[in-house]
Amino acid sequence: MQYDGVKIAIIDESSVRASIIEDGLAELDNREVFILTQREGLLARIEEIGPDIVLMDLGNPSRDVLEEYFAVSRALARPIAMFVDESDDDAITASIDAGVSAYVVDGLSSNRIRPLLDLAVKRFNAFARLQSDLDEAKGKLAERETIDRAKRILMHSRKLTEPAAYAELRRKAMSSNKRIAEIAEAVVTAHELMGEG
Amino acid sequence: MATRTLRIGFLPLVDACLPILAQEHGFAEEEGLSLSFVRDVSWATVLDRLLYGHTDAAHLLAPLAIATTLGRGRPAQAMSAPFVLGLNGNAITLSKALAAKVAEPGRLGDPRKLGAALKAEAETALASGKRLRMGVVHRYSSHNYKLRYWLAACGIRPDQDVEIVTVAPPFVADALANGEIDGACVGEPWNSVCVERDVGVIVLATAQIWRRGVEKVLAMREAVLDERRPEVEGLIRAMRKAGAHFVNPVNLELNCHILARPEYLNADRKLIARAVSDRLVLSHGAPPVHYPDFMFQHSEAANFPWVSQAAWLYSQMVRWDQLEFDADQARQATRVFRPDVYRNATQGTGDDLPAANSKVEGSVTRLTQVGAQQGNITLSSNNFFDGMTFDPERVQEYLASLP
Repeated sequence: MQYDGVKIAIIDESSVRASIIEDGLAELDNREVFILTQREGLLARIEEIGPDIVLMDLGNPSRDVLEEYFAVSRALARPIAMFVDESDDDAITASIDAGVSAYVVDGLSSNRIRPLLDLAVKRFNAFARLQSDLDEAKGKLAERETIDRAKRILMHSRKLTEPAAYAELRRKAMSSNKRIAEIAEAVVTAHELMGEG
Repeated sequence: MATRTLRIGFLPLVDACLPILAQEHGFAEEEGLSLSFVRDVSWATVLDRLLYGHTDAAHLLAPLAIATTLGRGRPAQAMSAPFVLGLNGNAITLSKALAAKVAEPGRLGDPRKLGAALKAEAETALASGKRLRMGVVHRYSSHNYKLRYWLAACGIRPDQDVEIVTVAPPFVADALANGEIDGACVGEPWNSVCVERDVGVIVLATAQIWRRGVEKVLAMREAVLDERRPEVEGLIRAMRKAGAHFVNPVNLELNCHILARPEYLNADRKLIARAVSDRLVLSHGAPPVHYPDFMFQHSEAANFPWVSQAAWLYSQMVRWDQLEFDADQARQATRVFRPDVYRNATQGTGDDLPAANSKVEGSVTRLTQVGAQQGNITLSSNNFFDGMTFDPERVQEYLASLP
């Protein structure tokens, strides 16, 4: 689809997410994309660019400032409204769920907005999955460290070998219907409380 | 009783206290409710979540609920506010340089004198080709309306003599520090944060502009209110109990401790306590100044959604958005406030309940007992600093009489 001269501004304090979205928009021909990650001087940049579409994350702290600017700005030829085509409730709900908010210059036809918004939503969701994978990986790493510490505590205090210490943690986990990591956490906490940490 | 969940959106401000404390102290549970909270940093986000069902109800700026109903700035959606979360609780903080020129050190100024001094400074700035710039938290906020009301009554024309811009509460201290703004009207604890960072001086409380001015409301889509009416009424009762707990000085420490938690305000407990105890530190290192009813969360049926309050907010929207007064819009605006729901919720609890739904705002100058459907209500002064009164039946005349 042709997007001749359509200017898209992506405002995101996460530069990683901003580039993931930009990447997604590469499918659209001849669009101009601007990425803004700084809160300082944001309005001046927007004024300079004069975007047709602004995409930003729903929770962006600058949204009230930006909405005020759109409401009163005389610098832009046309006012910018959020979700101009209000009949398209599904698209709006999908974008809110994905955490995208969009501001669109009044008059830009909805058949050009929709594919763009869909792309943004896909990209936001992809970023969210990436983030949760990362969090999970970090969590697993932290759990492994806790289990190692608990093993060392048992090896030291009960003179066990490493496999025996691990077996002990696992036995306790199974009998109390808990995860090994939770038992390990309890061992470490108890150890710290006894002033032996 | 089966527990039903209500999701509540909020911004990290002290006046989000009532739903939070209703949950934390078990008052919600007594009503068979479990409240979960969604914290955001901009009102646009709080509103989006409310409109698209991420939350059921929210801590919201009262004028924003009205603006949303009237379709100002986005497609119209009918909103309802059956409970006022509090009156006032905001302050005006000026940069240290400006405060040194216009404010009396060590006390909250007289609004007229301060206004006159500020007018002189605004004129000096204009003469040298500059314009004082003041921050407010949102275009549709009582902060904006009270600041403009005060400025205009002091002969300072907002948008002409001084510029008024939007600054999100958490960024007010930064904006003062780097000279983006010369002052701001914002809720707590953000004025106190400016003082702690020594980038500003608190010079006026909004309660000095309008002694009993409406602030945040509990807002929801009208459709949600209809669908979940029993839960909403339970929430109203729970928040009334939370309010009684909140204003009891015995609970100050505990409540500030809860509000300070990372999932709520994520702020310094001691700063929160300043607003809650009406004892503000006006400038860095100064002793606290006691200003009674700085924020007003419970007594005198403070949570009752008087339709006259909604009418006043609509009058200010007409005034500053330069709209034509429209009787239909006025009706829609006042219908956002739902005293009928509040009444139904508290009927039979013995809680204070006024007999009327509307009053002449600013007309009470001394302790006055008012008609009550139940309980006993004595209103104290609710005046505007310039002595004007607002009759909700005569909005056009009122608007014509304003500067």
